[in-house]
Amino acid sequence: MQELVNIFIKSIFIDNMVFAYFLGMCSYLAVSKTVKTSVGLGIAVIFVLGITVPVDYLLNEYLLAPGALTWLDASFIDVDLSFLSFIMFIAVIASMVQLVEMVIEKFSPALYSSLGIFLPLIAVNCAILGGSLFMQEREYQSIAEATSFGLGSGVGWFIAIVGIAAIREKIRYSNVPAPLRGLGITFIITGLMGMAFMMFMGIQL
Amino acid sequence: MSTEKTEREPLFSPKYRKLLTTPLGRENPITVQVLGICSALAVTAKLEPAFVMAISVMAVMGIGNVVIAALRNTIPPRIRIIVQLVVIAALVILVDQVLKAFAYDVSKQLSVFVGLIITNCIIMGRFEAFAMANKVWPSFLDGIGNAWGYGWILIVVAFFRELLGSGTIWGYAVIPSSWYIDNGGFYSNNGMMILPPMALITVGVIIWVQRKKDTELIEEN
Repeated sequence: MQELVNIFIKSIFIDNMVFAYFLGMCSYLAVSKTVKTSVGLGIAVIFVLGITVPVDYLLNEYLLAPGALTWLDASFIDVDLSFLSFIMFIAVIASMVQLVEMVIEKFSPALYSSLGIFLPLIAVNCAILGGSLFMQEREYQSIAEATSFGLGSGVGWFIAIVGIAAIREKIRYSNVPAPLRGLGITFIITGLMGMAFMMFMGIQL
Repeated sequence: MSTEKTEREPLFSPKYRKLLTTPLGRENPITVQVLGICSALAVTAKLEPAFVMAISVMAVMGIGNVVIAALRNTIPPRIRIIVQLVVIAALVILVDQVLKAFAYDVSKQLSVFVGLIITNCIIMGRFEAFAMANKVWPSFLDGIGNAWGYGWILIVVAFFRELLGSGTIWGYAVIPSSWYIDNGGFYSNNGMMILPPMALITVGVIIWVQRKKDTELIEEN
C-alpha cells in the first residue's frame, strides 16, 4: 500500500508530466486560457489516463512483452511482439477517447460543447500515450501500481493546467512586452513553474 | 482546345518553393502554429539526440504526407483519424527499429520520445490541414518544409543548452579545461540549462526574438 501511495505522489510532483517531461504541451498551451475549460480538460485527462494505463498494462503483460504469450502455450516463450506496442497502445487510446466522448456528451452536454474540438485531441495528447510508454519502460510490478501511476500522472497534469490557466487569467491585466504576449510569456511562466516543482525532487514516502 | 491543360507546373515553381520556406519563419510549426511542442523540449539537452529527432520527424512527415495525399480520395472522412494514426504508427515503428539497429545509444537517450512522434501534433496537424486536400508532390514539400521548420528550432535550442549547460558541442569540449574553477580558472557550467525548465525559457526567448523582428505575429494579451 505504501508503495502505491509513493508512486502516486511521485508521479504527481516529481515526475510531473508537464514540468518534467513536457508531455501534453499542445493542449496545455491551447486550452489554458480560462480556468473553467482547463478544469474540464484536466478531469477528462485524469479519466482517460486512469483507464488506458491499466488496460495497456494488461495488453503489455499478456500479449506484447517478451515471453508474454506463455499463458497460451509454453512453446511461445521466445515470441516477442513488443515492436507492435505503439500501434496497440494508440488503438486502445483512440477507442477509449471515443468512449469518454460519448459518455460526456450523454451526461454533461454543457461540458461537451465547451471542450469542443479538444476532446478528440486527447487521442493525440502525448501525455496519454506517454503514460503508457513510461509504464512499459519502468516495468511496474502489478496492475495496481500501473493504475496509481496513471491516476497520479493525470492529477499532475490537472494541477499544471489549472495553475497556468489561473495565472493567465490574471496576467491579462499586466503590461507584458508586446512580442512576448500570449505564447511567449506562457512558455516562460511554465518554465518558472517547472523550477518551483523541482523543489519536490527527492521526496520519499 | 485544351492547351492550358497540358502545361504542368515545374517541380520547383515559386509556389512550391514557398511551401518549403514559409514553415521556417512566418508559419513555423513550433513558434507560430504551436504544434509538436512536447517532443521539441524533451530531447534538446544535447545536440545529437535533437538532430536525430529532427531527422526522424522529417522522415515520418515526408513519407506520411505522401501516403495520405495518395490515399486522400479513398479515405472515408468519418474514420480518417484512425487511418492517419495507423499510417503514422507504422512509419514510427519503422523509424524506431532503424534507430535501434544503427544508433542504439541515441535511441536509448530518446527513450519514449521516439514513440511519441505518433502523437506529435505537428504530423496530425499537417495531415489534416494540408495532405488531405492536396496532391502528392506539394504535400511532400509541405511535410519536408514543416519538419525542417520544427527541426531547426530543436537544433538551435539544443545548441545553446549544450553549450551553456555542459560546455560542449556535439560532445566535443569547446570551453578550454583550464578555464574551469576546478583547474584554477574562473568558469563554471550552468547546470540549470540541462534541467527541463530552461528548455521552455529558451523557446520563450526564441519566440520573443522572432516576434520582435516580425511584428505582425504579435498577439493581443
